[in-house]
Amino acid sequence: MEEISKKDRMKIPRQKMPEQSGEKRVTNFDEVNLGFTEELAKLEALRCIQCPKPTCIEGCPVGVKIRDFIGLVAQGDYLAAAAKIKEDNALPAVCGRVCPQEVQCESQCIMGKKHEAVGIGRLERFVADFERENVGIRTPQVKARTGKKVAIIGSGPAGLSCAGDLIKMGHEVTIFEALHELGGVLVYGIPQFRLPKEIVKAEVEALQKLGVNFQTNAVIGFTDTIDELLQNGYDAVFVAVGAGLPYFLNIPGENLNGVYSSNEFLTRVNLMKAYKFPEYDTPVFNCSNKNVAVFGGGNTAMDAVRTAKRLGAKKAYIIYRRSEVELPARKEEVHHAKEEGVEFLFLENPIEFIGQDGWIKQARLQKMALGEPDQSGRRKPVPVDGSEHLMDIDMAIIAIGNGSNPILQKTTPDLNFNKRGNIVIEESTMKTSKKGVFAGGDIVSGGATVILAMGAGRKAASAINDYLSNPES
Amino acid sequence: MYKIRSAEFLAPNIKKFVIEAPKIAEKRKAGQFVIIRIKEGGERVPLTIADSDISEGTITIIAQGIGKTTKELNTFQAGDSIQDVVGPLGKPSHIENFGTAVSIGGGVGTAIAYPTAVALKQAGNHTISIIGGRSREFVILEDEMRKVCDEVYPTTDDGSYGYHGFVTQKLKELIDSGRKIDFVLAIGPIPMMKAIAETTRPYGIQTMVSLNPIMVDGTGMCGGCRATVDNKTVFVCVDGPEFDAHKVDFALLAQRNKSYLGDEKTALEKQTLEQKSREEEKKEHECNYDKMFFSKISS
Ligand SMILES: Cc1cc2nc3c(=O)[nH]c(=O)nc-3n(C[C@H](O)[C@H](O)[C@H](O)COP(=O)(O)OP(=O)(O)OC[C@H]3O[C@@H](n4cnc5c(N)ncnc54)[C@H](O)[C@@H]3O)c2cc1C
Ligand code: FES
Repeated sequence: MEEISKKDRMKIPRQKMPEQSGEKRVTNFDEVNLGFTEELAKLEALRCIQCPKPTCIEGCPVGVKIRDFIGLVAQGDYLAAAAKIKEDNALPAVCGRVCPQEVQCESQCIMGKKHEAVGIGRLERFVADFERENVGIRTPQVKARTGKKVAIIGSGPAGLSCAGDLIKMGHEVTIFEALHELGGVLVYGIPQFRLPKEIVKAEVEALQKLGVNFQTNAVIGFTDTIDELLQNGYDAVFVAVGAGLPYFLNIPGENLNGVYSSNEFLTRVNLMKAYKFPEYDTPVFNCSNKNVAVFGGGNTAMDAVRTAKRLGAKKAYIIYRRSEVELPARKEEVHHAKEEGVEFLFLENPIEFIGQDGWIKQARLQKMALGEPDQSGRRKPVPVDGSEHLMDIDMAIIAIGNGSNPILQKTTPDLNFNKRGNIVIEESTMKTSKKGVFAGGDIVSGGATVILAMGAGRKAASAINDYLSNPES
Repeated sequence: MYKIRSAEFLAPNIKKFVIEAPKIAEKRKAGQFVIIRIKEGGERVPLTIADSDISEGTITIIAQGIGKTTKELNTFQAGDSIQDVVGPLGKPSHIENFGTAVSIGGGVGTAIAYPTAVALKQAGNHTISIIGGRSREFVILEDEMRKVCDEVYPTTDDGSYGYHGFVTQKLKELIDSGRKIDFVLAIGPIPMMKAIAETTRPYGIQTMVSLNPIMVDGTGMCGGCRATVDNKTVFVCVDGPEFDAHKVDFALLAQRNKSYLGDEKTALEKQTLEQKSREEEKKEHECNYDKMFFSKISS
């Protein structure tokens, strides 16, 4: 790479992600992005000017050594690049696909100031896929057994990454998962066309190879309580149960048939594979030729609306009470949704669902205007008087976020939760109010991101390791 | 995989399974349920835990074959395995010594009322059970009920056995005979539960029903099981399944349970096609009363 000058490298345009065309992909559930070829990856890697003090790393919640791994890609040593990423990120194939890079690492890229930022996420994905497809996920050395046992509750990114680190440290690890499949939101929420389930499966299998035990169909709180886990030989517990309680709008008509939470809709389609009904047994609302409205503007809303489109919806709408600038979803998802024919209605808020014979037929909407910034720093939407109007819809999907599932709170009286139902922890040690119990991921932060959950899982692993060597500290 | 120890028909189309699930057997309390997935690719279906045996490490479930999954389940035999069984889920029944407690079961609903009847007896209640079916063969668990109830009244719609009439009529007779009834638990088809609620309402008798919405996860994650109770939305899988019968919006529950009727037909048609090639079809007749039964186990 020495031969090409920095100036010439800066002239290389940001490489486009090869993808299925908009018309084609709305007819299938295959992954939209096809991934870089080696050639594209090398070109994109050359765009990185290898800053002496890289700022991109500051934008990464887990501090992946971005410059170094991209340097290795430019040299064509993809396996070394994969190893470099894995020093800090346990799930690169997942994060390369779903991280909001445009507000993290890529927003800090110097190249982005004058040109376009380096496609860090795309390179991360390329490297992780290259490793998995060519040599399989490589399993690291496991330290001598310590004889300590750790129970992890929940198999989402927080639980999986915590397990990966703890097993390497020599502890015995069991993950308890309420559902019949492993991966948390990665399998029940995020659709196949954005994150193929095979990738999550490969990660889980790699952990199994390392010796992590998995128990599905185990709802902690019911099947066993946290106290019972501690009494039955577990030396520490990591709670990573995610958010998992869908919010509704609390408006009239919300219990009509055809009104879903995004969790229910996506779980039916992704986890239960309703898109293959009747080959698979679980049905979902028949969207074919129907008007589907999704309320919300996050990744979940985008996933739901694009899923409805793939299930044959005639019209698929995103209805969002703020404006386009405030949309919290990843930019790429919004862009893809538009390409797929999704229609966006901004500054609109539902106030009632109207039904006929028990099925939703209309939504009463109200126009909104942006007022003063609220706590989140975004301008607060305020209703415009006299702006109510009706819209014909056959299905409504509510994607306005998740609260915390109450099962553990009800069954673990000495575990401290805040008013919103999130577990309270000591930031530096990940410790909860209960001895030997640690927590991280969405159950602590509220609905956040895969990378933050993963980072929390790793931080917890190191904290648990410290605790196990000195429980009284 | 969860092995089936024994499987036997209790009535035409109603089958009892004893399944190896030691953890659940140890933990379960009256009123709780499991969610099962009979095979890879199967749907998640809630079924009440009718009984358990801690020393054997087994639980008992009783299913009426109405929907695709329950019909297929009812072809399972001893030695076969169920892919997934998760539980115990839901809140246990609220049990106390009320005085005189009546447990009412319609058809397969008797299987769901049974564990609570046991618990009511253990709590010291004078226990009465009214167990209905449209004809003699559909009255189930009578012997079991007799063991735990001080009085048992079987009823049939056609008069082929026991009291000739609906469970509601028998209940009304008991009330009108001047007996003091302190608590009623009613489980069965939605119209039956609604009728029981209306029967006890004027007397102010505390009445509980176990709701049977369509469920997916059973842990409060999806909200698909929501119902309206006391004008508020509840998630039946975690807030219930038992609720105050006088506050439940039964019409809404019935309507929401119709969400996938068309799909159920498609699935059944596919299943029928598959079955035809495998085995001779056993014709079963169902009256409408029965179809409305327990969409909980059909959804
Ligand atoms: C549709 C959707 C799209 C998203 N898209 C993105 C995206 O593009 N990029 C991004 O960064 N983030 C995205 N997110 C957010 C991200 O998925 C979450 O922040 C992340 O998965 C949280 O990880 P977690 O490990 O804390 O919990 P989860 O992934 O929620 O996993 C928790 C697991 O615990 C299990 N569990 C719960 N209670 C119990 C119990 N009592 N006993 C046993 N197990 C239990 C659950 O079944 C679940 O499997 C999305 C979320 C959704 C819903
Ligand atoms: S079944 Fe999903 S919340 Fe109750």
